[in-house]
Amino acid sequence: MADLYFAGVDVGSLSTDVSIIDHSGKVLSEIVIPTGVNGSEAAEEAFGSALNLADLTREGITAITATGYGRASVAFATGKTTEISCHGVGAHQLFPRTGTVIDIGGQDSKVIQIDSHGRMLDFTMNDKCAAGTGRFLEVMANRLELDLDELSSPLNIKGESAPISSTCTVFAESEVISLLAKNTPREEIVHGLQRSIVNRIWSMVTSIGVEGEVTLTGGVAHNKGLVALLEEKLGLTLNIPENPQTVGALGGAHIARRAYQSNLESPTN
Amino acid sequence: MSIRAELKYKIMKDYGAPALMVLQDFKRRKPRPIPEAFGPPLESNKRLKEILSRHYFLSRYTPGVKKVAWVTSGAPVELLRAFDFYTIYPENHSALVGAKKQGADYCGIAEGSGFSQDLCSYARIDLGHMLSGKTPAGKLPKPDLLFCSNNICQTVLYWYKAIAHELNIPLIHFDAPFVTTEQTEADINYMAQQLQDMIPILERVSGRIFYLNIFEDILKRSMETSKTWGAILDAMKAQPAPMTIFDAFGHLAPIVSLRGLPVAQDYYHFLMDEIDTRVTQGIGAISDERYRLIWDNIAIWYKVRFLATFFAERKMNFVTATYTNAWAETTGYLDVKNPWTSMAKTYGQIILNNNLKHRLDLMKKMIKTYSVDGMVMHSTRSCKPYSVGQFDLRKTITADLDLPAVILDADIADERVWSEQQIHTRLEAFCETLEGSKHG
Ligand SMILES: Nc1ncnc2c1ncn2[C@@H]1O[C@H](COP(=O)(O)OP(=O)(O)OP(=O)(O)O)[C@@H](O)[C@H]1O
Ligand code: SF4
Ligand SMILES: [Mg+2]
Repeated sequence: MADLYFAGVDVGSLSTDVSIIDHSGKVLSEIVIPTGVNGSEAAEEAFGSALNLADLTREGITAITATGYGRASVAFATGKTTEISCHGVGAHQLFPRTGTVIDIGGQDSKVIQIDSHGRMLDFTMNDKCAAGTGRFLEVMANRLELDLDELSSPLNIKGESAPISSTCTVFAESEVISLLAKNTPREEIVHGLQRSIVNRIWSMVTSIGVEGEVTLTGGVAHNKGLVALLEEKLGLTLNIPENPQTVGALGGAHIARRAYQSNLESPTN
Repeated sequence: MSIRAELKYKIMKDYGAPALMVLQDFKRRKPRPIPEAFGPPLESNKRLKEILSRHYFLSRYTPGVKKVAWVTSGAPVELLRAFDFYTIYPENHSALVGAKKQGADYCGIAEGSGFSQDLCSYARIDLGHMLSGKTPAGKLPKPDLLFCSNNICQTVLYWYKAIAHELNIPLIHFDAPFVTTEQTEADINYMAQQLQDMIPILERVSGRIFYLNIFEDILKRSMETSKTWGAILDAMKAQPAPMTIFDAFGHLAPIVSLRGLPVAQDYYHFLMDEIDTRVTQGIGAISDERYRLIWDNIAIWYKVRFLATFFAERKMNFVTATYTNAWAETTGYLDVKNPWTSMAKTYGQIILNNNLKHRLDLMKKMIKTYSVDGMVMHSTRSCKPYSVGQFDLRKTITADLDLPAVILDADIADERVWSEQQIHTRLEAFCETLEGSKHG
């Protein structure tokens, strides 16, 4: 079975990510670009770049799963699956002993439980408010006049952190403003913000429980300070993918591959 | 009581209301096409609509004829019926406003007067109505009496106090001690005594005398009606289920707000007959029922159609709910021979006044007896007593029964509390788990 390729396209609220794999599951190319205002254009562009990178043509792709918030806008997809299932499958492919996936993206954070095949058993998600998500960090970075890298630089986690008690983005922002007015060092505020996200994630984790190894996905996994705090809080070491933003797309590609292969095997089709 | 007002009321009852029905029928645009995923709609829907429109329509002719009481859904209304009060249920009215997607508008009026956004939206909508006079029901009569019970929440007490203060009218509060483990003798006697103490006040406000035999007849009727409602819900154990819980949310209105009246009793016989026929003929509410679900908490009134369609298209049907069950669950305690203590047992033990262990056991039983495959919990911003504890319930139920579940953050009637994208993703992911669990 040669020359079969599969793709996953994850149109998220902030980033659009594509992953292309071959029939054995080997990753040929991965792309992350900002979603911007038009999800279907971003999907086209990211897919085009991923094809170039893998040196493939559009016709060469056997099946494509669209996922993420913009999944309905991916006209060229052959199937649709939620990013929750996709992150589960993707994390399972990278770290087969994963039992729990924590995905912290732009507007959502999710905790997903999967079985030994990567199938989703249960999940929980943040509510309507963006507190506890990547977007929350971006709003605060802006307020602190820091860029995302500065906001995620590893900190001495034994250090002081400024108290940010609010669970609401708008209130937290005004807390940050008053901390700045009191000349609180920015590192302490950053630390406080990271801690407030970790606390939110923690309450989601406890609501569905931890099973097996824990894999962290989504762009916020780039935030080293936050990762250190989360590990401290959970009391375990997290699996961090090399490319945390493309895990959903990777899962999507595998779902497309599995669906294709099981169709071949099934005698009715 | 003026003769003129009474005559007008009678004319409206006998001629005005039927004429209105004809007019409504005439005005009704082409019926919306029924999506393929659904089975044939219930005949009873039309009758239900008539009963409710008529009830709201006639209410405006009550001044000078009947005393009007505003009542909470869990209050022991049978007692009021013995004095012939015309009852209006603000919760039902607020749900109506919510279903028309006007909740935010009414809530905004209340918020503008200083009521907090954290207050239950039923209360905010009602206060918005009181402050502005707005209503989709044409016009509502001013109450002569307010009657509430904290057996559903503490909110109703403060909400009704605000109305009592604004309109300067009497408020009767039925205090139901929360059942932490079991109802005690003392609790029952305390509640039974309160009910009897209300009689002189009700006589004064209504200008009528209390007759025990009239009260007993009402109690009997109320019992019988709740029993029929229970039997209707029971019939949803059939596979395929003859109606969806989204239908039941609508058919709930008479048992909540017309309980104890002949019109409700007759209505449920009518509905029961139709349901029985469907079960015998194997007619389902959705055309292809593959998965059976349970709903927890009050309806999301502004999204009933959306949710019904979303699930029907995926061959999923809600066959039971803690919410619809609440008006059948405890009425078995009613006993005409012991009216006061039996009312105390009935109204003191309703689901929202009972502990979480009770709710857990009840839900587990429902999941088993209705052959349920998955659970959807609506965590509603408005209703704290219903929503607190859901995370624990979910955790225990999914673990013990291996049942996929999802929690939706929304509201009963304030449509601003809704995030379409997020809800969609949650629901689809839930369906993916459900499909995986049944076939995987
Ligand atoms: N280099 C980086 N350093 C720190 N944080 C980063 C970096 N790159 C991205 N992020 C964080 O990742 C977030 C975006 O994550 P991701 O791309 O997974 O979101 P998404 O999939 O578009 O969102 P969602 O899944 O919620 O729709 C940003 O809000 C930002 O906080
Ligand atoms: S919805 Fe809940 S809070 Fe609101 S009136 Fe009903 S029981 Fe009380
Ligand atoms: Mg994402």
